[in-house]
Amino acid sequence: MPSRAQAVKGSAANFIPDRASFPPLGARRTFVIGGILLILAGMIFGDIFAVFVLNQNGARISESFSAATQAVAAGNVTGVSRAFQNIGERLENRGTKVDAHVHMIGFGYLALMLALLQPVVVLSEIAKKRLAWLFLAGSVLLPVGVFLIHYVGLADSPFAAIGWASIFADLGGLFVFVAGIGEFAGLWRYGRSRTHPAAADEFSRDKRWSSCALLTGGALLVLIGFLHGAYYAGFHLYASEAKDQALVSAMAIGAASNQPVIAAQALHDYDHLQVAQAVNIAVHSHIIEFGILAILLGLFQPYVFLSERWKRIWAVLLLLGSFILPFFVFMELRWGLLAGGIADVGGLLVVIALFGMLTGILRNIGRLDAADEVAR
Amino acid sequence: MNASKRLLIIGGLALGIWAMGFGLYYAVFIEHQTLDQIGSSLTSGFTFAAQRHLPEAHAALAASAQGTYVYVRQVDAHGHWIGLAMLLIVLGAAFDRVGFGERLRFILALGLFVGAVTFPLGVLLETLSRGFGPKFLAIAGSALIILSLAGVAAGFARASDP
Repeated sequence: MPSRAQAVKGSAANFIPDRASFPPLGARRTFVIGGILLILAGMIFGDIFAVFVLNQNGARISESFSAATQAVAAGNVTGVSRAFQNIGERLENRGTKVDAHVHMIGFGYLALMLALLQPVVVLSEIAKKRLAWLFLAGSVLLPVGVFLIHYVGLADSPFAAIGWASIFADLGGLFVFVAGIGEFAGLWRYGRSRTHPAAADEFSRDKRWSSCALLTGGALLVLIGFLHGAYYAGFHLYASEAKDQALVSAMAIGAASNQPVIAAQALHDYDHLQVAQAVNIAVHSHIIEFGILAILLGLFQPYVFLSERWKRIWAVLLLLGSFILPFFVFMELRWGLLAGGIADVGGLLVVIALFGMLTGILRNIGRLDAADEVAR
Repeated sequence: MNASKRLLIIGGLALGIWAMGFGLYYAVFIEHQTLDQIGSSLTSGFTFAAQRHLPEAHAALAASAQGTYVYVRQVDAHGHWIGLAMLLIVLGAAFDRVGFGERLRFILALGLFVGAVTFPLGVLLETLSRGFGPKFLAIAGSALIILSLAGVAAGFARASDP
């Protein structure tokens, strides 16, 4: 067994990035650290949302559908209207939280991708840093704004249909858009320039186990996600849509025809169908997103300044969590809350692995900066 | 930059720009109207049922279901185009690490790109026709992606140092 120092030294035999490719407070560092923090924040928020909001909100939507069915049976048109207003509010509550979670993680992925592209973005370092900070400011502002839409509403808004939270969310989107245009302009200049040499593809040099495991595991996770999506679309999607329509009709028509048992059974089956649809969509999207995350982190392994042993531990933990979470979300249909709890543990494993890798990246920054101080 | 990598990165960027453009057009001109139609049809269906106007209730609920059918596929096409564009760019960045010759790598990259274009296109066309053509396009596109991804995963595993 090699010592820790030997392991670190041995890892340098493949590739260790120099200070020029990872300058202090540079755009690339900002994107890498910001990207991982955004993904971590998005995942932790998603876990909190799943535990404290999702199920309770689903139960209230079901109660509102039940109220609508009872209002139909009683011939109460106002009651129907009130019930659907409640359903709309619950859907907005859920939708804004899902949007905040998805956007935070999506912007995290984009930040990591932009970090990959920095060597071929031909702009001054100051301009690249400003774009990176603009991107991250927008990436925080948009999901926070979207999250607050449900709570702020139209209070003190100068517009009839858009509240302050929406305005700030849109401003965040504008920041990200402007940063994207700037990055694209830098890429365009690289493509047009004949004087810039081809950027060294430093990520291709690292062929250690941890990096290859993340790349292979990530591709396999995306593959499993596609196979699951194809299976669901081929064997369940159309039947599920037809059943959805039939059950909604049975709720309304059954209640109107004085058949409360049929209406109640339809409501019960409708709840189960909604859960099954949500679970399948969550499995499909989470496993593919974790696969892309693993591939991105596989490329960033040269920047994780840890021994190969620790890098393997974090890689295995991340891949394990990336498989456990969607698999046990799927098993929630059979095992209920037990499977949900195990799925949360899977999410926790991914969060721990991300923290571990982030620590390695911060150590790399410390090492590079310390070497720079010594050189001075 | 070799041809397979270039195809994935430039193809991914082009697909991403197309998907963003489609999403913007969709959000401004179609999405809110579609959502309003779904919501109002559903409410009307229950309201007609409360008034015991059952044929009208059936028609309104059917309109809501049709609106949902279209909405799901439009959002799916947009989401899959964006997601696949991101996947193409990320795989493009890592494609040197696929341990096959450039010829096979280019075939895998071509399979991924063609699949990424045709699969969501088939899903979107299902909103215009419920016939076999759009379904075939979606199935063929997703099969191309699945086969190519299996090849890429094998290539990544092959390139690992012991």
